[in-house]
Amino acid sequence: MSDLVKSALPGARAEGSVTVEEMGLQGMVTLRADLLASGAAIAGVTGAEMPGIRAISAGQGCHVAWMSPDELLILCDHGRAGAMVADLTAALSGQHHLAVNVSDARALFRVAGPAGPLRDTLAKITPADMSAEALAPGEIRRTRLQQVAAAIWFESATEARVICFRSVARYVFDLLAMSAKPGGAVGYH
Amino acid sequence: MLTFTCPYCGVTACETELSPGGEAHLKRFGPGSSDEQFEEYLFLRPNVKGVHFERWRHAMGCGKWFLAARDTATLEVFGTYSAQTTEPPADIIAAIRAKRPDWSLT
Amino acid sequence: MSTRLSTGGRLIDRSRKIAFTFNGKRLTGHPGDTLASALLASGQTIMGRSFKYHRPRGVVASGAEEPNALVNLGQGKTHEPNQRATTTELFDGLTATSQNHWPSLEWDIGEVNALLPRFLPAGFYYKTFIHPRAFWKHVFEPFIRQSAGLGKAPDPKQTDPDRYEHFYAHTDVVIAGGGIAGLQAALEAGRAGARVILCEQTAHWGGRAPVDGVEIDGKPAEDWINDTVQALEGMENVHLRLRTMVAGVYDHGYILAYERVADHAPAADTPRHRLWRIRAARVIAATGALERPLSFPGNDKPGVMLASAMRDYITNWGISPGDRTVVVTNNDDAYRTALAIKAAGLDVPCIVDARPEADGPLVQEARARGIRVLTGMGIAGVKGLRGVVAVQLCRQAGEGAVVEDVVCDAVAMSGGWSPVVHLWSHCGGKLTWDKPGAFFRPDHARPPTDQNGEGFVVCAGAADGALHASECLSNASTMARNALTSFGKPAPEAEVAKAAAAHEAPLAPIWVMPQGAGPKKRSKMWLDFQNDVKVSDVQLAAREGYESVEHTKRYTTLGMATDQGKLSNINGLAVLADALGEEIPRVGTTTFRPPYTPISMGAIAGEARGEIFQPLRRTPLHDWHMDHGAYMEPVGHWRRAYCYPRKGESHRDAVNREINATRGGLGLLDASTLGKIIVKGPDAGRFMDMLYTNMMSTLKPGKCRYGLMCSENGFLMDDGVVARLDEDTFLCHTTTGGADRIHAHMEDWLQCEWWDWKVYTANVTEQWAQIGVVGPKSRAVLEKLGTDMDLSNEALPFMGWSAGKLGGFDTRIFRIAFAGELSFEVSVPASQGRALWDALHEAGKEFGVTAYGTEAMHVMRAEKGFIMIGDETDGTVIPQDLGLDWAISKKKEDYLGKRAQERSHMTDPARWKLVGLETLDGSVIPDGAYAVAEGVNANGQGMTQGRVTSTYYSPTLKRGIAMGLVQNGPDRMGEVIEFNTTKKPAKGEAPKTVKAKIVSPVFYDPEGEKQNV
Repeated sequence: MSDLVKSALPGARAEGSVTVEEMGLQGMVTLRADLLASGAAIAGVTGAEMPGIRAISAGQGCHVAWMSPDELLILCDHGRAGAMVADLTAALSGQHHLAVNVSDARALFRVAGPAGPLRDTLAKITPADMSAEALAPGEIRRTRLQQVAAAIWFESATEARVICFRSVARYVFDLLAMSAKPGGAVGYH
Repeated sequence: MLTFTCPYCGVTACETELSPGGEAHLKRFGPGSSDEQFEEYLFLRPNVKGVHFERWRHAMGCGKWFLAARDTATLEVFGTYSAQTTEPPADIIAAIRAKRPDWSLT
Repeated sequence: MSTRLSTGGRLIDRSRKIAFTFNGKRLTGHPGDTLASALLASGQTIMGRSFKYHRPRGVVASGAEEPNALVNLGQGKTHEPNQRATTTELFDGLTATSQNHWPSLEWDIGEVNALLPRFLPAGFYYKTFIHPRAFWKHVFEPFIRQSAGLGKAPDPKQTDPDRYEHFYAHTDVVIAGGGIAGLQAALEAGRAGARVILCEQTAHWGGRAPVDGVEIDGKPAEDWINDTVQALEGMENVHLRLRTMVAGVYDHGYILAYERVADHAPAADTPRHRLWRIRAARVIAATGALERPLSFPGNDKPGVMLASAMRDYITNWGISPGDRTVVVTNNDDAYRTALAIKAAGLDVPCIVDARPEADGPLVQEARARGIRVLTGMGIAGVKGLRGVVAVQLCRQAGEGAVVEDVVCDAVAMSGGWSPVVHLWSHCGGKLTWDKPGAFFRPDHARPPTDQNGEGFVVCAGAADGALHASECLSNASTMARNALTSFGKPAPEAEVAKAAAAHEAPLAPIWVMPQGAGPKKRSKMWLDFQNDVKVSDVQLAAREGYESVEHTKRYTTLGMATDQGKLSNINGLAVLADALGEEIPRVGTTTFRPPYTPISMGAIAGEARGEIFQPLRRTPLHDWHMDHGAYMEPVGHWRRAYCYPRKGESHRDAVNREINATRGGLGLLDASTLGKIIVKGPDAGRFMDMLYTNMMSTLKPGKCRYGLMCSENGFLMDDGVVARLDEDTFLCHTTTGGADRIHAHMEDWLQCEWWDWKVYTANVTEQWAQIGVVGPKSRAVLEKLGTDMDLSNEALPFMGWSAGKLGGFDTRIFRIAFAGELSFEVSVPASQGRALWDALHEAGKEFGVTAYGTEAMHVMRAEKGFIMIGDETDGTVIPQDLGLDWAISKKKEDYLGKRAQERSHMTDPARWKLVGLETLDGSVIPDGAYAVAEGVNANGQGMTQGRVTSTYYSPTLKRGIAMGLVQNGPDRMGEVIEFNTTKKPAKGEAPKTVKAKIVSPVFYDPEGEKQNV
């Protein structure tokens, strides 16, 4: 069955001032709930502290990202997303909430390279401030990549992640690859 | 190219990350309302030059609607605030008064 | 004739030569040359022709303000018209051609226009090309077209091979201009710890100071410039950018800067231009000042140049503009040019100074060097056809009686300087008239304001009116420090370098030379060189009643050339003020609009071209469609398969085949683009009842219901099938283009109106691939795949749904039928979509499985009389118009749109309502056709009584079918009405129409026997 399950752009990869790669299948769960009231129940499932505003925190085999005051995005193994939804639903029973598997609705990219060119590459296509002070590892920024919605965070100074909707994965990959083309160095960040 | 700070996620977003939603604090009139009330609710907008309360959605961001008090002529922003309110909060009123002493909420 | 001096030229590398061509002629220059300096070095003084009179023109300036030396640059794919030779850095292999001439630059037929200037005065076009009307098409328009436009338009068949990009930067301060003022401002901002972007539009730091002989702290300006640039480069918070022009300042500290990354080195694998989209707290405009021409007769002849430009050509590029140059001025600064010419070993026969007296240090130095200085004098005329042979001197105070001819081959003119206040003005900064300097400068009390209501732009140095070097640095320091303090980044105390230059006596404002020139002379005084606007034109406009400077601009085209009035505006409005008897500040300036100089369309588009011009949304099955020859159509940003034509098959044949195969056996449709939104919560039912016109709260889990959504205006905005997943949860299907819009609509009402309702939504559109499995064999193929669900009509009836395994895939199956056949919509996680699609094709082989596209879907739904949002609706249609009253709950007190649908216009019995239409001859009614009615309206136009909304050839019925909105339509069943057509009637005949009978919109299987099996 596994070879029948495909991410948006399997194996897509571009090299330039930075390397852009589609990361394959990634489990993602959208959880909408009263985050103040349900923090403990959620932590019980994810093992992660409730992230603060725009923060992304690590849990047991998963990451929890703050999306809005009543929305989290939980990143886990693709195969675990269904169970994650079930576990969250069980943990939050009796509480108004919505947990839904959105793994296949998205595409995830790794953008990696030297710190400056990495931030420069992203700054060609997003109006969000890509400086290290404005977007440090541990924070997730929802914004746009030119004409489509996306979320960006840094795993480290030299590696960023980009999430977008699955249908525009090709567009976002092409944008990133174009921005990373050799010869386009800016030297700003 | 305006910027607003989303009161929900704290991001200072540029206009291209937002979508506008027109005048804020409209009172909805549904079935049972008079033609005049419904017309006013649906169509009649003062189109003010000066202090204006308006709706914006952080569409390319946290997705939340928020409200903003802005001068439509100078584009000065007095503040942004939660959409879950039927009238501008006191701190916004105070911020406007501090800059526009002659202004009043009518 | 101009030539290269044997020595000098601080910007050129004489050790190397580079080759270029101009009008096919092979020429050489040095690295560091601009195209203009290289052309002058080659003796090419005529560089272009003016727009209206095709007068020969030489270069008049040395920078961005150049109006004359515009060329076609590049060839073929890289060809670009109207490039300024003065700002084009020379590179090896550059090709340029001159513009606006026929047959050649030297000999131009259009020059005859110049002999008839009194026939082409201001407003000539407005006055002439009016009557008779019949002349427009064959006489006026061809004439105007032939003479319109500068340069040669790029060939539309060629694709620009270069790459462009945007760059978003966030910073504290943007400094525009890398002259000494900009460098000083950057020092202050850098020391204050502010993040700084310093942009310089040319390839060099320091601006004019080195050319003007400025000394800073007792050393040549160049030393201080080098030291300062080095100091700034050492500051981590300061970013320096050459070849980058701040093009515009916009609201809330938004700034566009235009970086010409590779114009000077086109071979490199780099983006050609980069558009910087910057957010900054403050903008410091250290944009300097531009010299103004003097308005004397013949001031447009090749060889007449701005004094500062001539100084630049001599000092920066080692150019001799001519052997004998007359300098004409109203100020002391121009004497620097005379001294520079002298220092280069060339002759200055005289300096013509319009002021009654001149005695400043520079004047004295000129006299000491033996230059003849004539005061109170002006120029009455310039002799020479394609260059300067002599100037005629006269008294400035008189009418222009010639007192002496001075033989010369170049003229340097200076009418004073105007601060470049564009960036201050773009966002509403106001100006004040500086009487002693005769220029507009920023009014500090009325700056452009930002989101905090604070002034966010300052001008520094010459741009602020501090024209003289001695005040420039201290002004820049003060203005920068004020700006920094105003947003909480005060700069530490530091010594400001002392700049020094020779003292200058005040200028005398001279707007017309000589003062009392008659009409003939005034009609030879050029204000706008490119557009051929003269003093006489502006005066004529004033006489004809044009009092507003904005109107005069458009009437005379003053300042409308590609230099946007950089040279001409102040002179022009001074002439206008004089003609109107007004003070200059009362007449005011025209509006300064971005960009400061033209920027390329490529830079504006950035990366958005070709494949990534727009995001194309692809379904998980996209590759299959492409592999199977699908003809794709855009639906919003989605790309959907319209049909799958086989080799040699027309689209229409393909559509018919797909329909027949589906109705006869088994069709598969990629329906993944359908919107899917989860609505969940204790108040979900209540919310659904408000969103939809139907009662949704009563829907049972496991069941589906077709629903309509209206705006508060009452108009139908979307439709789709709702499935109740469980007591708390609904799944709403929306139209293909509608998911994001409807999700936003839901969130709007939840967040802004009913925020106390416990409802959460999630847009899960792309989580699922959705496949329509349609046709009499649909159940068979699903059962063949193997499933743990009971798909029988009893267990899963029409409008039911079920979840379970299908051939090993995790699916939801909805028993819904848009085509009117037995059909199932199978939903599967997107990652498994392609595999299921392939499995269905494999299993469906024995049933003649056929993929069908959106057009077959459209035809089949029309055969069933199902409406399509966007076809039957257009934002003015309510559900009642479409006979959908059955889907509108009578029990509900309220739903979005209900009150609006009670308005008198909505309940008018004469509204156009949905019916089916059958042509009597079986033909297909043209799309968008109107039903003609008796009589004409007040405008003499024929009346209408309806229109076609969907029209197709039905392969099932083998005839044309249509749906349409017809006045009182449902009450007129069987009546025959006529629709207009696009067929051309024979001469004298009435327009062709097609007759159609009003019928039920359900053409196929009205009892639903096909779908309910």
